[in-house]
Amino acid sequence: MRRHLDNFIIGVAGLSVIILVWHLLTTYGVVSRIFVPTPLATIEALRRGFASGVLISQTQATVLLMIQGWLLASAVAIFLGVLIGVWPAARRALEPLLEFIRPLPASAIIPVAVALFGLTPHMILGVVTFGSLWPTLLATVHGVSTVEPRLEEVARALGMSRLSFIWKIGLPNAVPDILSGMRLSLTFSFILAIVTEMLAGENGLGTAILLAGRLFRSPDIFAGLLVLALIGLVSNSMLQAVERRLLRWRANG
Amino acid sequence: MGKNWPWSGIFLIVFLLVLWEVAMRVSGIVTDSFAPPSKVVVAFLAALKDGSLLKATGETLLAALIGLGLGAGAGVLSGVVLGLTPLAARAFRAPVETLRTLPSVALIPLSLMAFGFGYAMEYSIIAFATFWPTLILAQAAVIGVDRQLLDVARALQLGPISRVTKIILPASMPRLVVALRLTIGIALVVGVTVEIAANPQGLGYGLVIAQQSLHPDLMIAFLMWVGLLGWLLNRAVVEIERRLLRNRGGASMRSAT
Repeated sequence: MRRHLDNFIIGVAGLSVIILVWHLLTTYGVVSRIFVPTPLATIEALRRGFASGVLISQTQATVLLMIQGWLLASAVAIFLGVLIGVWPAARRALEPLLEFIRPLPASAIIPVAVALFGLTPHMILGVVTFGSLWPTLLATVHGVSTVEPRLEEVARALGMSRLSFIWKIGLPNAVPDILSGMRLSLTFSFILAIVTEMLAGENGLGTAILLAGRLFRSPDIFAGLLVLALIGLVSNSMLQAVERRLLRWRANG
Repeated sequence: MGKNWPWSGIFLIVFLLVLWEVAMRVSGIVTDSFAPPSKVVVAFLAALKDGSLLKATGETLLAALIGLGLGAGAGVLSGVVLGLTPLAARAFRAPVETLRTLPSVALIPLSLMAFGFGYAMEYSIIAFATFWPTLILAQAAVIGVDRQLLDVARALQLGPISRVTKIILPASMPRLVVALRLTIGIALVVGVTVEIAANPQGLGYGLVIAQQSLHPDLMIAFLMWVGLLGWLLNRAVVEIERRLLRNRGGASMRSAT
C-alpha cells in the first residue's frame, strides 16, 4: 500500500514536471505556439470538443471502427489459424506465403483496396480487418502447432476425435499466444482505423486531427492526440488485465 | 539451403499466380483496378529500367534510416538514463506508457504542419515510432546488466560516462541488437504508411499514384516490392545479428532472444 502511494506521488511529480516544462516552453515562445499549443489551450480545446459533443462522436466512430475490425480479424484469424495449425501439410504450404505477407505494411493494401472496392465504409472495415489479421493468425498457428508431443500421445491413447483434440488441447495450448497476438492486432487495427479514416475522410479522430492540421489549429490537434493516447492506453491495459486473468491457471500450475 | 527448401509452399505460390493469370485471361475482364501477374512483371521491369522504382526505394530507405537513427539514438540514450536512475523511471512511467501507445500515424497532421512535405516530416514520425520501443528495450537491457559488472566499474572508479560506454553499453549490446531488428521493421512500415497517407515521395506514394492513375499493374508491382524489401531487410538484420553475437558465445545469445 505504502509503495503504491509512493509510486503515485512520484508519478504525479513526473507528470507535473512534464506539464511545467511544456508550459514554460510554449509560454515563452521557445517552441512556436503555432505548432505546439500551451497546456491550457489544449485543455480548453478538449473541454470545447466534449461540451459540443463533436469530440465524443469522433471518438465513438474511431473506437467503433477499431473494435469492429479487431473482433472480425480475431475471429477469422483464430479460425484460420487453428485450421492451418493442426494440419501440417497446410502449414508447410502456406508458410512461405505468410512469411512474405507478414512484413508487408498493412497500410500498403489501402490503395489496392480503394482500387478494387472504392471508398466505402465496407472497404474501410475490410482494410482494418485484413490488416490486423496477421499477428493473431501467426500466433494462433504457432500456439496450436506447438502442442507438446506427449499431449498428442495422450489424445491418441484416449481415442480423441480431431475436433475434441482441437477444443480440449490445441486451443487451450494456444491461448497465451492468441492473447498476445490479439493485443498486437488491436494496435494494428487502431493504427489502420486512423489511417483509413484520414484517407477516406470518414468521421473520426484521424480525420479530425487532419482537418485541424490543415487549419493550423494546433490545440485541436493536441486534444485529439491526447484522446488517442488515452484510447491506446485504456485498450492496452484492459487487454493486459484480461490476459492476466485468463492465464492465472498457468502461473498457479 | 536446398534440402530445407519449402517445396509445397513454392508450389502453392506458383499455382496461385498461374490461377490468377489464367482467371484474368479466360474471363476476359477489362478492368482498371487489377492486373494479371504477367503485366505486373512487365510494369515492375519498366519501373526498374526507368529508375523510378530505385529512386522511390532510395527515398523510403533514406527516410527510414534517418528516422531510425534519430529515434533509436534518442531511445538508447533515454533508456540508459531511465535504467540507471530508478527514481526517474518511476516518475516518467505513466507518461511513457501513455505516449508509447499513441499511434505514430496520428502525428502526421502535426508533423505536416510543422515541417511541410519532404524528408523532415517523414523521419520525425519514424523517429517517434522507433523511439518508444528502443527506450523500453534499452531500459530493460540496462536494468538486466550483471550487478557484478557494476561492482567492477565501482572498483575501477570509472566516471559516469566511461561507466556507460565501457561497461553498460557493451554488456547490453545483445539486447540492443534485438531492439534494432524490431525497430528497423517498424521504420520501414511507418515510412511507407506516411508516404501513403501524406508525403509525396518514396514507395508509398508510388503505390498511391499508380492506383490513382489507373495503373493496377504498377500498383501491384510496388506492393510486391515493398513486401520483398521488408523481407530482405529482416533477413539482413538477422544475419548481422548472428555475426555480431557469434563471438559472444551461445549464452548471451540465448538470453537475448
